[in-house]
Amino acid sequence: MALNANIPPGEMDKKWNDYKGHVKLVNPANKRKLEVIVVGTGLAGASAAAALGELGYKVKAFCFQDSPRRAHSIAAQGGINAAKNYQNDGDSVFRLFYDTVKGGDYRAREGNVHRLAEVSTSIIDQCVAQGVPFAREYGGLLSNRSFGGTQVQRTFYAAGQTGQQLLLGAYSALERQVALGNVTMYARHEMLDVVKIDGKARGIIARDLISGNLEKHFGHAVLLCSGGYGNVFYLSTNAMGSNVTAAWKAHKKGAFFGNPCFTQIHPTCIPVSGDHQSKLTLMSESLRNDGRIWVPKQKGDQRNPKDIPEDERDYYLERRYPAFGNLVPRDVASRAAKERCDEGYGVGTTKMAVYLDYKDAIIRYGKIEAGKTGLKNLDDEAIIKLGKEVVQEKYGNLFEMYEKITGENPYEIPMRIYPAVHYTMGGLWVDYELQTTVPGLYALGEANFSDHGANRLGASALMQGLADGYFVIPYTLGNYLAEEIRTTTISTDHEAFLQTEKEVNARLTKLISIKGTQTVESFHKRLGKIMWDKCGMARNEKGLKEAIHEIQQLKLEFWNNVKIPGEINEFNTELDKAGRVADFIELGELMCIDALNRKESCGGHFREESQTEDGEAKRDDENFSYVAAWENNEEGWTLHKEDLHFEIVKPTQRSYK
Amino acid sequence: MEHYTMNLTLKVWRQKNKKTAGKLESYKVENISSEMSFLEMFDVLNEQLIIEGKEPIAFDHDCREGICGMCSMYINGQAHGPWQQNTTCQLHMRAFKDGDTIVVEPWRSAAFPVVKDLVVDRSSFDRIIQAGGYISVNTGNAVDANAIPIDKKNADDAFMAAACIGCGACVATCKNGSAMLFVGAKVSQLALLPQGGPERESRVLNMVAQMDVEGFGNCTNTYACEAECPKGISVANIARLNSEYLKAGLSTEEN
Repeated sequence: MALNANIPPGEMDKKWNDYKGHVKLVNPANKRKLEVIVVGTGLAGASAAAALGELGYKVKAFCFQDSPRRAHSIAAQGGINAAKNYQNDGDSVFRLFYDTVKGGDYRAREGNVHRLAEVSTSIIDQCVAQGVPFAREYGGLLSNRSFGGTQVQRTFYAAGQTGQQLLLGAYSALERQVALGNVTMYARHEMLDVVKIDGKARGIIARDLISGNLEKHFGHAVLLCSGGYGNVFYLSTNAMGSNVTAAWKAHKKGAFFGNPCFTQIHPTCIPVSGDHQSKLTLMSESLRNDGRIWVPKQKGDQRNPKDIPEDERDYYLERRYPAFGNLVPRDVASRAAKERCDEGYGVGTTKMAVYLDYKDAIIRYGKIEAGKTGLKNLDDEAIIKLGKEVVQEKYGNLFEMYEKITGENPYEIPMRIYPAVHYTMGGLWVDYELQTTVPGLYALGEANFSDHGANRLGASALMQGLADGYFVIPYTLGNYLAEEIRTTTISTDHEAFLQTEKEVNARLTKLISIKGTQTVESFHKRLGKIMWDKCGMARNEKGLKEAIHEIQQLKLEFWNNVKIPGEINEFNTELDKAGRVADFIELGELMCIDALNRKESCGGHFREESQTEDGEAKRDDENFSYVAAWENNEEGWTLHKEDLHFEIVKPTQRSYK
Repeated sequence: MEHYTMNLTLKVWRQKNKKTAGKLESYKVENISSEMSFLEMFDVLNEQLIIEGKEPIAFDHDCREGICGMCSMYINGQAHGPWQQNTTCQLHMRAFKDGDTIVVEPWRSAAFPVVKDLVVDRSSFDRIIQAGGYISVNTGNAVDANAIPIDKKNADDAFMAAACIGCGACVATCKNGSAMLFVGAKVSQLALLPQGGPERESRVLNMVAQMDVEGFGNCTNTYACEAECPKGISVANIARLNSEYLKAGLSTEEN
């Protein structure tokens, strides 16, 4: 099957405007008759449901949490990018576009990324109008900070809780539409399959997680805004409930999966403390603005970090990458931390950590504050006190979180950090209109693969989620629904609904009747270990082949020996989790197949066989400048390629030196 | 930080569903590391129960980093347990010592019915937001984000109020089951910002009316809510809520 990304013709900076000028419209009277299903209520889902409700469509929104406000977008800390150039530091739509394509290691689609950069500015306007309390300067205007992979300050933020504030903004817009009757909200519901009629997505089967009952819901179109699949690694910064199930069911119903192996391992997370660990906690990338990352120059140095003198510290990012220093992109920073720890320079009890140190920043800010207030001849202690106050205002909640988890005070002792799985650039393949290979089935936000290539830059996920929901789908969905105005609501007694419901029910019955000896959690942990060891920060042919075999064995064992207590028709969190882990196991295999196929290194995908002399990722544009879109079929998977063409940003070896 | 392990007795509220009566059941857990989070200790207990062929304890949780507001345990008589400004998921076992008995109950309030075990229904909070916890601005209508400068103090105060995670600890801990801190936080956030101006009066009246419909109690200024709030939301927001309500009541004709 030939993949057509449907990129509009014309010059890069005119494509989106031209598209909007010519896209088909649906008149208000018809919108009222058209039903849209939105799965997931994070930034992409809540903004899409709200925006489509405002337009007058009849929207049904679903989330598995007890309220749409809990979606994991809420945990995003650092900020959201926008090409506002409020700092007069040379930013522009072009630069945001350029940085994102380069940051993604030339594996993203230019047309999509340019549109993202264009609409970025409207997102900030919309959020401020909703009452999102971004950080401000004394003059009352918005404040910005820097993030990795860029040399301008374009990141808007609300302390270390930017995702929370943006999501609550989108949530309030969504609840307003609920109150107006345009959106019906189904909380504590999980989508368990897509219903297709005549090749088009026409609805979903959802399970009410309180009663356990299956429900059939019709929609003229279905939007999956169900987030990423980082929990395939068991340990990640994702929420416990984050899962791939909605996207995976869509994949099995014909939606191609794009670049599944592209995973983001975030460099600054709190290290694993023991086997009991259930999740990992991120320390925002914004901390790399002011914090300096180092390890001792001497292997196995046991001294307290405070006793290690300056000249015996290796600030390895500043040493290796003088131009970007501590602000290199995430993939580069993560690999550099792994390299130091693998070489034996790691710190802490497990030796799998590096220091993130605020000592210099505290002194620097203290001196600035002293200067502002005209205080002279302050002693070091007074300067440090002033400096700590500034650091607290900027990063207070992050420092508190670190202290709660580790019991150590990061104002006094450098934080210990290590990379952890954070985001998945891969996802359902979509075209320019965010439509999957199944007509009427769309994927937005982290659930799609489209904008970040092989590595996402910090503060770009929030931007993409809201861009897709507020500013892209309201136009592109209309283009599809304009042709659907003659399709009247299809009864959920239609054969396709009954058949799909039957299949879902059969799977649940099978799961609960296995009655084996191993818990769901134990299978998930084993899958996570295979994935982290063999499809994690570094991958090679031998390891990937082993992983594929091990995952196939694990799948067999799971379906013969998993132990799920309780019944189907009740509140049963183990059953919910079992379905998700079963899907993760299948996805894990596809990720390894994709990683094995992509023999080059690019972005977060590091194939050990493909590196430069100094250990940097080595791309192979001649053979791998394509999106790998996998089709699921009876034999397994078939690879389809969407070739990438770069009209504007010519691929070069990415350098942050 | 000195690490240690402990053996504990847990008394946990078990309730099959909304309709049946519940009771406290005792469980023993062993070799719990002081480095575990409280919910990781519950994971250990649940794995143990599943292996023994018993039903695991249902509890709400998701992000496990103190921001989604889903976790909600009443631990030894305190919402979210003994630490100040902390959620259940961020409570770590170093707060306890070997041999301790820990009593864990769900949020208790007429407006938060128990769904199962430690899980409660907080959809009443969503309905209060539906009554007016927003600014009516359709997508695409906004002016430039810097067109209206906002006094930094007001912006900071709005942010402090907006930091509410909607967990309901304030309600659970209040002897009257009042939601005034939750409502006050949202009303304050939007009243402090110029964008919230046009709907300022209708918002506070409608949200308070919905709060009453849902069966939340009134505020009698015990400040227990502020003391137990994991995000340190100040009772000053309740004072602002009262003042906004009074002003709106005086200036609205229908009243």
